[in-house]
Order: sequence, then structure tokens, then C-alpha cells
Amino acid sequence: MAEFTLPKNSVVAKGKAFTAPEGTKNIRRFEVYRWDPDTGENPRIDTYELDADLCGTKILDAIIYIKNEIDSSLTFRRSCREGVCGSCAMNVNGKNSLACTKAISDYPDTIKIYPLPHLDVVKDLVPDMTHFYAQYAEIKPWLTAKTAPPAKTERLQSKEERDKLDGLYDCVLCACCSTSCPSYWWNSDKYLGPAVLLQAYRWLVDSRDEGTDERLEQLDDAFKLYRCHTIMNCTDTCPKGLNPAKAIAETKKLLVQRKA
Amino acid sequence: MMNKLAIFAKGTATSATRHWLMQRVTAIILIPLTFRLIVFLNLCMTAPYQETVAWLKTPLNTICIEVWLLAVCYHSAIGLQVVIEDYVANQERQVKLIKGINLSFLFLAVAALFFIFRIM
Repeated sequence: MAEFTLPKNSVVAKGKAFTAPEGTKNIRRFEVYRWDPDTGENPRIDTYELDADLCGTKILDAIIYIKNEIDSSLTFRRSCREGVCGSCAMNVNGKNSLACTKAISDYPDTIKIYPLPHLDVVKDLVPDMTHFYAQYAEIKPWLTAKTAPPAKTERLQSKEERDKLDGLYDCVLCACCSTSCPSYWWNSDKYLGPAVLLQAYRWLVDSRDEGTDERLEQLDDAFKLYRCHTIMNCTDTCPKGLNPAKAIAETKKLLVQRKA
Repeated sequence: MMNKLAIFAKGTATSATRHWLMQRVTAIILIPLTFRLIVFLNLCMTAPYQETVAWLKTPLNTICIEVWLLAVCYHSAIGLQVVIEDYVANQERQVKLIKGINLSFLFLAVAALFFIFRIM
């Protein structure tokens, strides 16, 4: 049966507290999930107080400030710091998002930062994305063409055909949507999840792709696609404002039309 | 949905899409038929036995109640199958539960139809 309680070694304990120096005016408090596989200890929540006037405006700025100035052992992923790479996806105050796009001032009081839910944790805020990427590879996220390309040009699209890819190609594969989906929590071993299904739809509607039938055949599966129960957490949480739930619904429509 | 699990959906079980579609189709069918059922239940509770049987004997009412019975049993079976597939991770237990549920609803549908024809 599904597990509804944490196993003993996952119960989160209270951790260290790093208070701000006396005289700090603009104190912001962060509670951050910490877990180090090398110590064998349970995960804990460390508390950091920092001077918001000394760090940048975004959540990621605060985390970088903590690592540079307060606790260098804090581990997290980041790269572009402008919402393009998807590396700094984490759970901020209960909602998955990109830490680099969320302003500290948007959150009142204490800000709680956890790794993306329901993925194995590598360390602190770093989740293991291996399975997520394997699922992405499973849908063959590249152009499959049976016909030879035109001799002197690329495979061209009309403007209307290209427009269909808007809202789909923009996905940065941060996994915020998939890891916010309860269906993905229960059945991530078989269910592809909203991020991968959004990408599957991106290739289904690409006018240049000629593997539509094989792609739909692959998705016509009780678990790969139909574990989506239209919960819509994916659309609600997407930090890029995309709509994976709609892409999944459109894929279901394509499958019904194919059967008819 | 899965071929080995299917009883109701035999022959069509390889298509998860058909299974998903049938859930929606039976749900839509059940909306108007449930209004008819409410009339029937009201008669059962308030009208004399002969009047209720006479109502049920009308061809339109007979068809409505029988289609409702079949649709509700089919809809419940495939709906519960989805719930079990969601929450029961153990494959062996999952197969047993789904087979049990499908057989139960099959029995329920047959029994209900039998008793309706019997009182008519």
C-alpha cells in the first residue's frame, strides 16, 4: 500500500540556528532542509537569520549569501540565476519553484526551503534527477523523420505551425510540475509525469515530426499517461507559467481521435 | 486497463484510451438516467407496489433503469480499478483486488437485472 508516514530515518529533526549579529536591521529568517548522507544522521532543519540589505533580492541570492557568509556546507544546485536553466528548482514555503525567480519580499516572515518533494535527496537541497531524465529520454525528445530532408533547405514550418510550439518548447525541465503531482508521487516508477508528457506533446504537435503514431502508441498506456487525474498542481506550480495539464488533455484527445 | 486484469473490458483491454473514454461515456450516460432513477426510488418509497411495477413495466422506464444499472456497475468497476492501480503498489495484491471488484460488480449487475425481470 501507499506509505503515508515518513520512515524512521527520514523524520526531520531540529537543527542548528545561526542568528543574525546584534544591530542587524532588516532580518530575514530562513529554515532550510539539511541532510548529509555521509553522517548517517536524520535530516534536520537549520535556521539562518541574515541581513536582507546585504544580499540580493531573490531566494537564490539569500541561499548563496548563506553559503558564502554563514554556512559553507549548505549544498544546492544553481547556474543561470535568471529562470532559464531550471537548476535551482526547490520547494519554497510549500510550493515548488525556481529560487532565482522568486523575490524574498514576496514571502512574509520565515521562509522554509526544502528540496523538490518525493525525489531521492543526494544532499541538502539537491535531488536525484536520474529517473526523471531517464523518463524524458524514453519519449525520444528529438525529431523523428522518415522522409529525407529537402536538399537545399532545412525542414521548414509555417508561422502557424511554429506557433503551436509556444508554451511547450519553453519548458526548462526543472521538474517542479512532476514533483508537485500526487499521482507522480505514488507511481513515478511508471507514470511519466507532467513535465515529460508536456515534452511528449511538444513533439506530437511539431509539424516536422513524422513519428506521431509511434509516439501515441507509446503513450496509450494505463500508467504512462492515464495516471493523470487532472489534479492541476503542475499548472499551478510551473515557474515558467506553462500548462502541462492542458498538454496532457490534448494528448488524450489525440489518442481518442486516433482510436476513432 | 491492463490486459491481464480485465474482465469487463475483455477484448478492448489493450487500449488504455478506450478504458479512459468509457469512464467518461458512462459518467455522461448516468447523469440523465439518475434523474429517472430518482423517480423510481421515490415511487418505491411512496407509491403502492402495483403502481411501482406498472411504472417499471413501461418500455422507456425498463430501458432507463436497466441501462442505469449496467452503466453504474461498469462505471464503478473501472473507477475502482483506477483507484486500486493508484494506491496498491503490490502487483499481486492489485491483480487480486481488481479481479475481485470486477467479479463483484458483474455479479451485482446480473443479479439486479434478474430481479428486475422477475418482478415485472
